[in-house]
Amino acid sequence: MSLLTTLARLEAVRSGHAEPLATVRHRHLAERPMLVVPLAAAGETGAPLAVLLGRDRDRPRLLTVPQPLDRERRFAFLADLADELLPYLESFGEEVETLTKESRDSETGEQTEISRELCLDAPQLLVPNRGGVELLGLLGRSTRFRRTVEDPDPGPYPAPTRVPLLGRWLTHLRERAQVPGSSLLLAMTDLLGRHWATGQSMLEDQHLGALLAWIDPPDGLTGAEAALRAETARDGRGQLLCPPAGPTTDPQFDSGLLAPAIVRYDAARQLAGADPAQRPDPAGRQSDAVLRAQVGARERDIDGLLEAVLLPVWEQLWHGLDLLRQLPPAAHLPDRWTGDRWSYTAHRDRLAAGEPPQPVRDDAVTAARKLAQREREQTTVGVQEALDDPLAMAEHRLAGEALAGVVTGVEPAYDTSGKTSRPRPLVTVRTTDRPHAEPGAELHRAGGPSSQRAQLVTVGAPSGSVTVRLLNGMGRKKDPAPGSVPEVGEQVCFTLFELTARQSAPLPEPEDTPWTHGGPPPGAMPAAPATDAGVRTGMGTGMGTGMGTGTAIEEGADR
Amino acid sequence: MSPLSPASSAPNGQGPGGDPGAEADRAVTAILEATVHGGERGTVVDSPPGAGKSTLVVKAARELVAAGERLMIVAQTNSQVDDLVDRLATAAPELTVGRLHGSDAAPDPSALRHPNVLPSSKAADLLGQSVVVSTAAKWQWVKGVDPWRHAIVDEAYQMRSDALLACARLFERALFVGDPGQLDPFTIVGTEQWAGLSYDPSSSAVVTLLAHNPGIVPHRLPVSWRLPASAAPLISAAFYPYAPFRAGTGPGDRLLRLRDAGDGSATDRVIDVAAESGWGLLELPARNTVRTDPEAVQALARVVRRLLDRRGSCRSERGESPLTADRIAVGTAHRDQAAAVRAALTGLGVPVGGVDGVTVDTANRLQGREYDVTVVLHPLSGRPDATAFHLETGRLCVLASRHRHACIVVARAGIAELLDEHPSTEPLRLGVAVKFPDGWEANHAVLAHLSEHRAVAAGGG
Repeated sequence: MSLLTTLARLEAVRSGHAEPLATVRHRHLAERPMLVVPLAAAGETGAPLAVLLGRDRDRPRLLTVPQPLDRERRFAFLADLADELLPYLESFGEEVETLTKESRDSETGEQTEISRELCLDAPQLLVPNRGGVELLGLLGRSTRFRRTVEDPDPGPYPAPTRVPLLGRWLTHLRERAQVPGSSLLLAMTDLLGRHWATGQSMLEDQHLGALLAWIDPPDGLTGAEAALRAETARDGRGQLLCPPAGPTTDPQFDSGLLAPAIVRYDAARQLAGADPAQRPDPAGRQSDAVLRAQVGARERDIDGLLEAVLLPVWEQLWHGLDLLRQLPPAAHLPDRWTGDRWSYTAHRDRLAAGEPPQPVRDDAVTAARKLAQREREQTTVGVQEALDDPLAMAEHRLAGEALAGVVTGVEPAYDTSGKTSRPRPLVTVRTTDRPHAEPGAELHRAGGPSSQRAQLVTVGAPSGSVTVRLLNGMGRKKDPAPGSVPEVGEQVCFTLFELTARQSAPLPEPEDTPWTHGGPPPGAMPAAPATDAGVRTGMGTGMGTGMGTGTAIEEGADR
Repeated sequence: MSPLSPASSAPNGQGPGGDPGAEADRAVTAILEATVHGGERGTVVDSPPGAGKSTLVVKAARELVAAGERLMIVAQTNSQVDDLVDRLATAAPELTVGRLHGSDAAPDPSALRHPNVLPSSKAADLLGQSVVVSTAAKWQWVKGVDPWRHAIVDEAYQMRSDALLACARLFERALFVGDPGQLDPFTIVGTEQWAGLSYDPSSSAVVTLLAHNPGIVPHRLPVSWRLPASAAPLISAAFYPYAPFRAGTGPGDRLLRLRDAGDGSATDRVIDVAAESGWGLLELPARNTVRTDPEAVQALARVVRRLLDRRGSCRSERGESPLTADRIAVGTAHRDQAAAVRAALTGLGVPVGGVDGVTVDTANRLQGREYDVTVVLHPLSGRPDATAFHLETGRLCVLASRHRHACIVVARAGIAELLDEHPSTEPLRLGVAVKFPDGWEANHAVLAHLSEHRAVAAGGG
């Protein structure tokens, strides 16, 4: 946790409400995202219990598994979930733009034009917390290898074809959610936690109700009071007023309400399924229709219980969304959303090409590629947030990694070592920032007209000021291009860190995995790698790769 | 990580009576034999701090070149590469050394002062050199060259598995040399997804190599030439319980003497204690502080100032030499702490950095370096919590094993209690070898030892 975040949290304790950590919204929000509140059954990892989902605040759709141990009901639930989600997920695949790019074949040196489709928009799923993200990932893992009637050997329990398809989409969304700054699948607690600092611990911030209580406390209560109420207040039946946002449910709900309701449902089903002669009360033997109606009624009881604990969370999700939408979007959001669109498009293409589902485990090369991509994106998102938001930049300034201030002097100077003399003006900045750098260190100008490097010349002479020498970005003439050198009175900012992420080094293809890593994995095919790694690499135009991942990366800098 | 069976090199647990030089020579001979003629494509050498790893690399390079081979050397940082080039060129004038560097990272002049060193940013320019040295980061971009038959990977435990994946196409056989007790490679993103996979890209290159080549049994260097007799037993027991080593020098072989008497302050007392015993703990009053605790930073700076003022001198097997600023290092956990110490030292008129100044750096940067006296800001000093970062075994091991004579630790009181309040809670993962000792245990072991060499500073200094 940075010093500034610590201060903001202390400040929140004192003020009684959450303090802003950002002046802009740092994550893309779709106009009409798909909100999903999944619940898991206690006792079995990844067993779905219910989900409330939809894109319309007033009309959420509830799906439940009335008996979580019943595999048939579970698969029926997953099929229903696929019916709800797949049309949304697939709806973005049609509208595309076509991007073309000149490319040189690395062997023949021939110029070729590559064109590629990029979907204009992509889906966005919002869940309450990271547990929700994990649960969707688990559902993806448990369904993407399911056999269907279309398989040559469908097995005794074939699933509807859309179930494994749902699994592959959920797996892809979960994978993409691991990429820093991505926005296809987001957890509301992460979103809110990025933009506000509460007076409670990071762990407590995982409780969506408590987090919202700090950010927007009800009238008359401090954040701490409201959060305590959200976490602990119970009604006369001992049930939490603010049910947990899943995926696990409150144990008192499980034992006090849900378990008895499931027992009643089981009993009704047993009765309905039994031989009429075996039914306990021969006098009042009910007709099959009545018994089936009773099963339906018990099922609706369970639905009612689950809806009652899901609707408050549903409202919290929309509440959080309302709060986030009050923040203006950060400048780099479209840029990063393009990355998500590439990711979506790549998955669409893999499905269309009939590729097999994502493997259970990554091979060595795929794992390394994914790690490289995530590290690059982590750096990128950190830099972009700093450029988009003075509060984010303030963290770097406080950490001695950046300096900002007003220009108090510009002294023309020239580098005369070469054939022609080049402008190397000295810029003095009045600032109280103390960059952790020695004279000679390289700086980067943030928010300048173009990318510009500078060298630290002196710090604190005179005190409260820093002098830097601009090194490039001033055009080719003897005198700096107009506007390329800041003027006296102008606000400037320099960072010690580079403002673009470094290229990742090329990795071998999976079939070329070296002996140090166990050689090629069994079944390694010389096919396109099944990752997004490489997307947005070395493509100034925002043109992704995926085709020829390697070449796109290798075009980049020589280190 | 490293198997318990002793490597083919040295008999274990040999008493102090055995000649350390002979013991080390036997180990080196076995390693060179395995490198040149061994049945496995890889040879791994585990080396404790200061056990002659660099000397081994130079020896192996000469041996291979003498046998008519060309080889590439992979190190992890530019300064390690420059250092290695300097050593190679000095020790082996018969070698022609290529220094492959990035286009934006010019090599250090110390590496280029030799006539047998050729720098270039293109591997193709250096194919005629008998040895080509570069960083793993640079090697990953090299393409269009025939693979070398031999490679030496230095500081291999700090190299990440994914870097080896990208480099391994460049060589057929390799000697991996490193210190398993130092800092593990790190990443800025979560990697739980790959935990337990033998090729987890964020794990160390050696871990991956050993997992996929079970025939490789790591060799060990059994003697630390750097650590004094006062330090080797503690470091060996606290950080290398299954691969013990000993000091190459005996008690009394290394002496730190101070020409001027102390003034009775806590600063001078801790210096006296450290000169006497090799260890010193300057304990400040317990307090939760910001990372750049101003009092602790001042205390560190004052210790260095007094070490210089009191005109220390070091006697060792290399003879007697004055304790000058360039022979002192200050180690911290974080870069902002290092920056704060540099500013404080400058404020006290102590030269910092460069050839003649005190080195002030983080544990990561101090890896592989050696000084006469080190002054260390304890990673847990003033903290309200003990995170995995601050507990990492390797961090403490690096900070506590850079010195030839004495190590002085500055810390807020209360670290033992802090440790007890924060037992290790890292999740266990299937397929991931449990590191032993863990940082919690190692921290307690070191702290228990340090507390016997304590000077307590009053509040405010």
